[in-house]
Amino acid sequence: MEYSELLEYEPYSLDHSQKQKLLTKRLTDLTAHHMAHCRLYKNMMDSVGMTQERLREAVSYEELPFLPVRLFKELELASVPKEAVFKTMTSSGTTGQRVSKIFLDRQTAANQQKTMVKIVSDFIGSARMPMLILDCPSVVKNRLMFSARGAGILGFSIFGADRTYALTDEMKLDIDGVRQFLERHSGQRILMFGFTFMVWQHFYKELLRLEREEGERFDFSNGILIHGGGWKKLTSEAVSPEEFHRRLLAVCGLDHIHDYYGMVEQTGCIYMQCECGHLHASIFSDVIIRNPDDFTVCGVGDKGIIETVSAIPESYPGHLLLTEDEGILLGKDDCPCGRRGKYFKILGRLENAEIRGCSDTYAADFR
Amino acid sequence: MQQIFDKINYEVGTAQTICGMAERGGRVPFAEEVTVLLNDWSHRILKAPESRSYPDVVTFAFWIRKANVAEMRGRFVDERSIARGRGVAFHIAPSNVAVNYAYSLAAGLLTGNANIVRVPSKDFPQIRLLNRTLSETLEEYRAWQEEICLVRYGHDQAVNDALSQLADTRIIWGGDVTIREIRKSPLKARAFDVCFADRYSLAVVDVWSYLHCEDKEKAALDFYNDTYLTDQNACTSPRMVVWYAHGASAQEQAEAAELFWRHLWEQVEQKYAIRPIQAVNKLTTAYLAAAGHEEWRPVRADTAADNRLVRIAVSKLDGHLMDYRENSGFFYEYVCDDLRELLPVSGSRCQTIGYLGDPGMFDTLLSERFSGIDRIVPIGRTMDFDLIWDGYHLYEMLTRKVIVR
Repeated sequence: MEYSELLEYEPYSLDHSQKQKLLTKRLTDLTAHHMAHCRLYKNMMDSVGMTQERLREAVSYEELPFLPVRLFKELELASVPKEAVFKTMTSSGTTGQRVSKIFLDRQTAANQQKTMVKIVSDFIGSARMPMLILDCPSVVKNRLMFSARGAGILGFSIFGADRTYALTDEMKLDIDGVRQFLERHSGQRILMFGFTFMVWQHFYKELLRLEREEGERFDFSNGILIHGGGWKKLTSEAVSPEEFHRRLLAVCGLDHIHDYYGMVEQTGCIYMQCECGHLHASIFSDVIIRNPDDFTVCGVGDKGIIETVSAIPESYPGHLLLTEDEGILLGKDDCPCGRRGKYFKILGRLENAEIRGCSDTYAADFR
Repeated sequence: MQQIFDKINYEVGTAQTICGMAERGGRVPFAEEVTVLLNDWSHRILKAPESRSYPDVVTFAFWIRKANVAEMRGRFVDERSIARGRGVAFHIAPSNVAVNYAYSLAAGLLTGNANIVRVPSKDFPQIRLLNRTLSETLEEYRAWQEEICLVRYGHDQAVNDALSQLADTRIIWGGDVTIREIRKSPLKARAFDVCFADRYSLAVVDVWSYLHCEDKEKAALDFYNDTYLTDQNACTSPRMVVWYAHGASAQEQAEAAELFWRHLWEQVEQKYAIRPIQAVNKLTTAYLAAAGHEEWRPVRADTAADNRLVRIAVSKLDGHLMDYRENSGFFYEYVCDDLRELLPVSGSRCQTIGYLGDPGMFDTLLSERFSGIDRIVPIGRTMDFDLIWDGYHLYEMLTRKVIVR
């Protein structure tokens, strides 16, 4: 099954059983494709007894083996020859950590972009808006090695006109630049995009300071903010999503705020937060909440490890991934916002286990 | 110097204790007084009601009892020669095992050394119990107060430097990275390190012996204690079960394996809890091993219902297999007729082989050259500490010989 068939549908137009049928076909095809084209993936499938026959018998993609997302940090997994790799994306690991490497050919990269346009348009419409990027310009400069931050910005840039960076490369708010941007587009809807922590640290906090110390207030009541990247860094500051929203509204009138969940390993298939505060799976992807004890599928309301499913990846075997995030399935097909498919909630990263034994943790602090 | 000693928290002893240790000379190993002191400490531990909750503490208390010390004395002390403790022993204990520091201290005391012990910074209840009873004991044996200083401090090279300068022997537990860090602090010219590096262990089960073993539940409990009790992360925890078939049919081997894992599963199901991240780690490691090594055929155990017990059958042993180790119930499995087949996994990282059966089955293996394998002990006893440990003769390393001709 070709990915283009899926692109015929609107992102939230199918109910769960219709979607399941389509996705199962596509994902079993992808599994077969990667087994044929990625030696390491084939070895892994062999190890769990996955064969072409068993694939043909699969009735749901819930039965298909999933790879822990960390494998992309440990191994170079590609299903296309090196010459076909058009760009390599990396996760934004903190210093010293290993980063994921994701190999894209033109086809997969193009499908990522088409998918993202369809998903995001469902929330903000397809007309281009003036766009304020709440980050610094240097983050997208190296186009050969895309970081998750850079990829996110470039991905969302297609929705924007007059793209303006709100921060300087020193991560300072470019006050004059932002003021001029707002003057140029006064009365228009504007699109704002940034990573959750950056938005908080370098945008919100600076706006707060400007208002308190210099009495200057910016008006973003026409703005739509899309932000992602997770709440991990903000939990240390005890900022909840509700608090985040409330404080931004108070400081600059910004009220249209969409969080999204996504990862560089499955770029394109983002999970957008709707008006009711729920993250939604489109028909191009899905989440499966798995019981950590045995990896069986959890029902609505049960906490578990999130598996993310994407129908896009052809150039690398990342169509079925077990994340290290914990979440809860909130429901299927019945979110009050009207979008069909699953909707869910992220609870955060899996806690690191403290392991007994004599090989030490003493050293961890030195790094 | 004073500034450095101020950075230290003293659990037992004081800065003066440490300052008084240098150049005092070692005591006679296994002297009567130390036997009495340790026996008294043992009594106090066992008398404390909370000790019953900590089998690791109880095991230690038994280890320092008079009878066990006398047994060790008989094995190690040569009455015809003169020996003294080397002087000051500086012990760096692993941070995630509660009682290891106590064994290290007892080894230092028995061999006649003054001891500075860096205890884990984590607040284990076992450590509180051991330190409290030790302090009580030392009230009765004041002369021994100057031989013991238990300290806690952060990762501070200045402190490591100062304490290392005092040491005649430095005992480093906690693995490769800790060893690398501590070694940045120089020792005196005649001092040396005893390093407990990252190691792994194996188990060998004789198919026939297991099938004829009456108490399979006991065998399972022993294996559970060797592995799951420490999250399968102690250097002594077997990472692989090797089935020694030796004439047994494939069917018999399969039957033995089925019984073995089923009995183990009963223990695991009752007692062991796994954190979600550990389940993800196990799946990750299983795939990493499978990705790189096509001839291995990892299969999930059919006797186990969940992620707490993961079995991976391999059809070939090579030197890289043990690079893919995981904790929390993750076992490779291999079947062989001759234990010489273990040679590829018997490199310098290999510490202990726990066995079930007749130790004579190792004869062929032991006739070969190998750089690992320091201990071959029955399953259930892989964690039993001894003064010969990890291939080191700690009695010899912590004492000095005086020759009179």
